[in-house]
Amino acid sequence: MRIFSALLCGVLFGAGLAISGMINPQKVLAFLDIAAIASGGWDPSLAFVMGGGLLAALPFFWLARRRTGAICGGDIALPTRRDIDRDLIVGGLMFGAGWGLVGYCPGPAISALALGQVETVVFVFAMLAGMVLHRITGGLPATCPLTGPQSR
Amino acid sequence: MENFTPLSALIGGGLIGLASGLYLILNGRIAGISGIVGTLLTPNGSERWEKLAFVAGLIIGPLLIIALPGFALESVVRASWPVIILGGILVGFGTRLGSGCTSGHGICGLSRMSARSLMATLAFMTAGFVTVFILRHLIGA
Repeated sequence: MRIFSALLCGVLFGAGLAISGMINPQKVLAFLDIAAIASGGWDPSLAFVMGGGLLAALPFFWLARRRTGAICGGDIALPTRRDIDRDLIVGGLMFGAGWGLVGYCPGPAISALALGQVETVVFVFAMLAGMVLHRITGGLPATCPLTGPQSR
Repeated sequence: MENFTPLSALIGGGLIGLASGLYLILNGRIAGISGIVGTLLTPNGSERWEKLAFVAGLIIGPLLIIALPGFALESVVRASWPVIILGGILVGFGTRLGSGCTSGHGICGLSRMSARSLMATLAFMTAGFVTVFILRHLIGA
């Protein structure tokens, strides 16, 4: 049951990425190119995707706080961390730089595999390598000359 | 703004939000793609089959949309091979270091009104804007 519901959610998520055009890096980059506002070439679609996503997700998160368990069994695991630390910001900056270089973030990159392009496959393998690299190195050193110390 | 597609963006975004909300209510988990994929890459990760099912669904979703009449999907990568690889590594490492991506921090985190996710979203948005500005307007690639 949990496997089926996860598959259903993945299908809906992937369909949403496809319909919104977010599996096309050029559409994402057209949003990130804010200097194009002046020339009239800016594409604000991504902001509408985020807005639509937030509106649709909000009631579920409200509901989740009032439930003791998930419908398909087990607990509802909401994140508990509230700290804003170095890794959160440096990780976000690194992710954003890679996102701006190619135009793929993790979801759209995996969904775009459906189109079977070599560039997408290479990007996804590099992304998986980056994730494994983070795991085996344990992230950045506690005191990194480039980023400064990490608390905790 | 000739390429602006507000209606399909809202509908597609709505589906993404619906999928994230359903995943939370049905399976009790946050639909953060980098978290799902990242924990699948660990040797002793939990709930492997449902995470794999979610990832398979991400690929099946667009295949269903292609099958509909009137939908032509494209995914155009213009970056060179070294940039594709560097970008992929940065996205993979950065999302794990920062505990999330556009889905986990962006959609789910902001839906929870998490200040931590808001800061992460501001960080990756800013870096995205700056990177594209440098590429397109300073070095003119």
